[in-house]
Amino acid sequence: MQTIDPRNAISIRGLTKTYANGFQALKGIDLDVKENDFFALLGPNGAGKSTIIGIISTLVRASSGTIQVFGQNVATHVYETKLSLGIVPQEINFSQFEKVGDIVITQAGYYGLRGELAKQRAEKYLRKLDLWEKRDNRSRMLSGGMKRRLMIARALVHEPRLLILDEPTAGVDIELRRSMWEFLQELNRNGTTIILTTHYLEEAESLCRNIAIINQGQIVENTSMRKLLDKLARQTLIFDTCDELKTLPAFNDSDIQCNAIDSHSFEVSLSTSRDINGLYATLSDQGVLIKGMRNKTNRLEELFLSSLKS
Amino acid sequence: MQANHIYIAFETILIKEVRRFTRIWLQTLVPPAITIGLYFLIFGNLIGGRIGQMGGYNYVDFIVPGLIMMAVIQNAYANVSSSFFSNKFQRCIEEILVSPVPNYIILLGFVAGGMARGVAVGLIVTAMSFFFTSLHIEHVFLTLLVVLLTSMVFSLAGFINALYANTFDDISIIPTFVLTPLIYLGGVFYSIELLPSFGQWISALNPVLYMVNTFRYGILGTSDVNIVWALFMLVVFSAGLFAVALYLLRKGTGLRQ
Ligand SMILES: Nc1ncnc2c1ncn2[C@@H]1O[C@H](COP(=O)(O)OP(=O)(O)O)[C@@H](O)[C@H]1O
Ligand SMILES: [Mg+2]
Repeated sequence: MQTIDPRNAISIRGLTKTYANGFQALKGIDLDVKENDFFALLGPNGAGKSTIIGIISTLVRASSGTIQVFGQNVATHVYETKLSLGIVPQEINFSQFEKVGDIVITQAGYYGLRGELAKQRAEKYLRKLDLWEKRDNRSRMLSGGMKRRLMIARALVHEPRLLILDEPTAGVDIELRRSMWEFLQELNRNGTTIILTTHYLEEAESLCRNIAIINQGQIVENTSMRKLLDKLARQTLIFDTCDELKTLPAFNDSDIQCNAIDSHSFEVSLSTSRDINGLYATLSDQGVLIKGMRNKTNRLEELFLSSLKS
Repeated sequence: MQANHIYIAFETILIKEVRRFTRIWLQTLVPPAITIGLYFLIFGNLIGGRIGQMGGYNYVDFIVPGLIMMAVIQNAYANVSSSFFSNKFQRCIEEILVSPVPNYIILLGFVAGGMARGVAVGLIVTAMSFFFTSLHIEHVFLTLLVVLLTSMVFSLAGFINALYANTFDDISIIPTFVLTPLIYLGGVFYSIELLPSFGQWISALNPVLYMVNTFRYGILGTSDVNIVWALFMLVVFSAGLFAVALYLLRKGTGLRQ
């Protein structure tokens, strides 16, 4: 187990969760998110994203493992860790009968803010999220996008250092999505660490610096957004040859990598942006006769395709 | 956690609870006024005159304290069970659960909300009783104390009910099958002197009997039961239910998966 850097906004070690019905939703999660990061937790539906967030926010109890928020264990330092956390859940969870303004002011009260201070904070975040005009409306009158923005305003009223959003743009139309992204980026620039879950790679790509991919309760990839994109930007082709391969074909190109598979096949990987005509030319120049060629599927791509379908 | 923060959190929950039952006053404050008003009219004035004396008083004077207590009990219980369950049902209970508010403040906040409704309805019903009889309160402090303790006991019971409830049916079963019989057999309408000794013995196990009788003592100055003992029982019930509710809350029963 790696040591934990106390400067991390969040450090998760060996987290597992088996629900009451016996289903194991998390199978040992290790994850670190640095302070000031903009982090994506990407994965298909049912991967376990909301379960992780549920455990961080204490709504779900872990079966085993630990979580530290800014160096403090959420199980033992409940008060301190909760003060530094803001949670925007996946499902709407405010009272449908309360007024928009009251919902945010009440939440401030749970964090020890009241009176003028609570009102000022509520106004500040309702304005930022374009809901100030709606402050006297009952929350059930809001549109889907407004409801989600209300949950963001509510999560920010105590100005947490770490904001976690569970699929914040689900059901939000494109235009609003952009303005929500801009808002989150500004918040992040001003020092708030942000973690969001999504099952759209595009969303993670435009916002996040680092990313973990989760599938079936396990982290399958944990890297920077740039490296992930580089990985996704390459394709691998498998060539079968007519004759036995004595030597591997040589490509004088740093972008192209060639590896043998067996005596009658080899694979070549290169950027997806390039054409492959040149490959054939080089191969025939070197006297390699190609019987067939196929595309090796990318494990990550498969994951995204399957998640887009669901 | 700072005392100041704890107090603000408590106040926030209480304000939210009071705002809720005053917002839906047609469902929370008017029905008990109508039902209890009808009891006053029918049992107090119309039938009461033929019954004559009960426990040494005109029947209407005898049942008025019992009926006020009935309203307090039902409304304290209903307020917490329905409000807390609807918080669970709409998931807005998560707003508090993810915040740093400690469990005992969550409990105290909702219980204080139930007590506020119990007392509010108690006052409305008491005011209405002046149309039917002229009550003179013998022991004001004791009367208030009993109302507060009783509404606390039933707010706590309503809270526990809501923790276990999964459907709206689950919060109407206990009032129908447990609360109503306890109240009707708890000396609201008759003095337990009327019962055979076996019936009196059974009645002595009914907590509502102590509440109704202590309250009646506070107003009229007479009681079927020992007042000190009754107050002691009320305190024991409150403490016991508080401990159970807090234990369930800590365990996350019905709230945390
Ligand atoms: N309360 C529960 N009881 C049993 N299984 C659950 C419960 N909540 C979630 N699950 C299961 O756990 C898995 C992970 O769910 P979730 O964390 O919500 O995934 P995600 O947020 O990534 O879509 C899913 O297969 C889901 O069906
Ligand atoms: Mg989810």
